[in-house]
Formats: sequence, structure tokens, C-alpha cells
Amino acid sequence: MRYGYYPGCSLSHSAKPYGDSIQSIRTPLDIELKEVEDWNCCGATEYVALNKTAAFALVGRNLALGSQEGFETLVTPCSACYLNLKKTDHYMGKFKDLDKKTNEALAAGGLSYKPGSLKVRHMLDIVVNDIGFDKIREHVTRPLEGLKVASYYGCLIVRPEFEEFFDDPELPTHMDKLMETLGAEVVDFSMKTHCCGGHMPQISTDTAYSLIYGILNEAQKNGADLLVTICPMCQLNLDAYQAQVNKQYKTKFNLPILYFTQMMGLAFGASEKELGLGKEFVQAAPALKKIGTAVEKAQEKPKRRKRGDKTLPMPQKKVEVKYG
Amino acid sequence: MDPTPISNTFLAEIIEATPGGGALLTCLQCGSCSGSCPSGPDMDHSPRKLFALIRAGEREEVLKSNTPWYCVSCYSCMVRCPKEIPITDIMYTLKNKAVQENSYEDKDAPDWSKSFVRYVEDYGRSYELGLATRYHLTHKPLKKTSLASFGLGMLTKERLSLRPEKIKNIDQLRAILKKAKTLEGA
Repeated sequence: MRYGYYPGCSLSHSAKPYGDSIQSIRTPLDIELKEVEDWNCCGATEYVALNKTAAFALVGRNLALGSQEGFETLVTPCSACYLNLKKTDHYMGKFKDLDKKTNEALAAGGLSYKPGSLKVRHMLDIVVNDIGFDKIREHVTRPLEGLKVASYYGCLIVRPEFEEFFDDPELPTHMDKLMETLGAEVVDFSMKTHCCGGHMPQISTDTAYSLIYGILNEAQKNGADLLVTICPMCQLNLDAYQAQVNKQYKTKFNLPILYFTQMMGLAFGASEKELGLGKEFVQAAPALKKIGTAVEKAQEKPKRRKRGDKTLPMPQKKVEVKYG
Repeated sequence: MDPTPISNTFLAEIIEATPGGGALLTCLQCGSCSGSCPSGPDMDHSPRKLFALIRAGEREEVLKSNTPWYCVSCYSCMVRCPKEIPITDIMYTLKNKAVQENSYEDKDAPDWSKSFVRYVEDYGRSYELGLATRYHLTHKPLKKTSLASFGLGMLTKERLSLRPEKIKNIDQLRAILKKAKTLEGA
């Protein structure tokens, strides 16, 4: 399948391992990504804070270039880029005045964009919906059994809800299913769509560290060996500031933060170097040693409830995964 | 929508500058936004209170508030608001106005945004190393010694580039942005 590709600025620098691991899983899954020629920054959450019209025009240039190249779908792995591209396309379609101003600005550069001509999608969406769990399972040569993971979405892929959204804004589950398909055990994680702090580590460390603390604490309490993420900003905040959070809260978190594409690559048997592993602040190697150490659990018989047990009966999750 | 003209000029101004901002007129003051906000505790006014202040025409109080600048753009309030008010976009409108009128008191967040935008306008791409050094060396550098180990870690792990990348057609981008700025508020 062929897609227009908008990597975003982080993918070649702070989130290089994300870019590398996407390249690694692309070939076996037959995903053709053609980078939009001469794309520019999406403006993150900063440009729109200063000047809205210019911020929409900034994103509009990328949409215009993408549709000019004839793409139907524009894929991006970064949640902030995803939001900005999707929001601009959606708002241009919904608000005529915004469409007019954006196109007037684009015309100054000889460009134009008709809202709706591109479908903006996140890489996770492509993997779980276009490729699908069955095809992914066929490529698993090294099931991630023995590894307990918390799947962390952050904000901007699940919110806000524009039309045709593919998962729940409060309790999304696609990444959980993906991780189970790869053989990992998924722990309960109530913080999966809580904010990582965004740009707050630069502005108010107290605010930022309290948000990061809440996420890491919940993951650790539920027994996760690592967190899996889909966003460069989330990875950076949870990984690079973990030491500072430990200092501030007198905790001993040691939770690696990996991209979902790195997890896929690992299960597909790719080398650590190919997947950019080892570039994380909190090293993943010790946790990844657990892969393959899972002991076959004897099938437990459902326990009979004791007489006088006043607790609520909890649903039991059944997972059946077969590989190859 | 309310057919009577809005007599409160500040409220009208905010609605005018925000796509879909008219929904603000229907705010129930239920507080779902404040309860959902991850950085609520650090704001001088909760989002709910800020909307009450806007409707009361408290222009000065609203535009000097740190509330919009502590908004992390997580859109949690926006998906939960029973009246579908585009809260995050209203926060952006307030940021735009505070910058235009230079009315904000806490300078850190606006300065960070300005440094970021400058790199985007110069190169067409963001440049993390330049942005971080330029900003932090001019904003309480002595309180940020812990960031030195962060920066060093990023460099040794090859996660920071030593020079910015520039897009080929930067002139085209600059022309677009220049034109867009003349259209702001037009």
C-alpha cells in the first residue's frame, strides 16, 4: 500500500529510533511511504499560540504539497503533527472564513488546498486497520512473551474527536490488541490517555513532573516492565525527564519508554541496532531480557466464589494468540 | 444561537476570533473542563472561572491570566464539554490576544513559543538544540543546571542535531506566512 508520508521534525532527531523502526517494519508489512517533498514544520502547539491564521497557513502548505503530489492519504507517526494536519483539514472544511484566509495566504506562495482532498491518518491507524492483526501475527517470529507492557497513547491521537475517528478518546484499546498480537502481556493502565506534559518541562517543571510522575507511578504499580508509546513528545518527556522526576518525588522508576514500532520490530526479529534501541535514557535492554522467559501457566480452573464473599465478580480476560 | 446582539464586546471579540467560538454563549458553568484539566492546579483561574470572567467582560483580568499559558493542549476538556465548546481553541485565542497586547504576566511560555516560531520562520523546520539553548540561557539558567545533563544525554545518544535543517523553498513559506499575518483579524 502506498501512502504520502509526513515524518515531522522529531523523527530525524529526538525521535530517530521511531523513524528507524518504522523503516524496519515497513518492508515486511509492504507499506510504501513516499515522503512529501519539502514539507515544513507543523508548528506544534507553539505557532498557533502566537498567530492563528499563520499557523493554519503553515500546516496548509503541507496539505497543499501533499495533494499536489497526488496522494490520497497522508500518514504521520507524530501525534502533534497528526492533530495539526487533521485539524487544519477539518477546520478548513467546517469554517468557510478560515478556508478563505488559509487559501489566500497559500496563494501568496502559488499554492492552494481543497479541504477533504487528503485523508490524514496516524501510523498506528495504518498498522492496526490497513495491515490488521492477522497479517501482523504472521510476521511474529519472536513473540514478546514474558514482557508486561502498559500501552500509552497520550492526548493528540485520540482527541479531539473529528469525524471517522478509529478509537475511543478516553479508553482506546487498539494498541493493547496490537501488543497482545505481538505476544506481550498488557497490564491495566488507567493513565493511557493522560497528558505527558507537552512543552511543560520547558516552562514549569513542577507541572510537568507531576504529570509524568502520575503516568509512571500507575504503570509501575500495575507491574509494567515498560511503556509503549506512539508519540515523540510523550517518549521524550517520560524517558528523558524520568531521572528528574525520581529526584523530585524520591522514587526509583526505571521504566523504559519504547515506540510501538520498536516493539513490532522486536517481535519480527529485527536487530536492536536497526530499531534504534539503546538510544533511550532509561535503557530497555534489562527489561527486554525478559522476552521468552514466560513459563507456561497451567490452565487455572475458574475459582468458585466463597460463601459470604461481598466483592464484585470481575470479568476475566481471555487471550488466545497463535503465531506464524 | 442567541439572536440578540452580544452587548459584551470582549465576549464578542473572543467568539469572533475563534472558529466555532459561538458555543461559548452556551457554557453551563458545569466545571467539566476544570475537572478534566491536567494543569488546573497551577492555573490562577480554572477554565470554568475564566469563561465566567470572559462573560463578565473582565478583559484585563483574563488577558493577564496564566491560565491559557498553562493549557497543555490535551483537548481533554474539549471532548468532555457537554456544550461542545472549542475550549482549547479559545485558549489559543486568548494567547494570541495576550501576545498582541503584551498583557501576560508570566513570560516563560510566551517566550518559548516565540523562540520556537522564530526557528520555524528561519528554517521551515524546528531545531531543538538551538531552541533549547537560546531559551534556557536567557530564562533562569542557574535554576536549570539539571537540564545540562539532559542536553548532554540527548547529544551523546545522537538525538540532537548540531545544525538546523532548512527546507528548499523557504521563500515560498515566508511569503505564505507574511500574507497570513496581514489577514489575521482581517
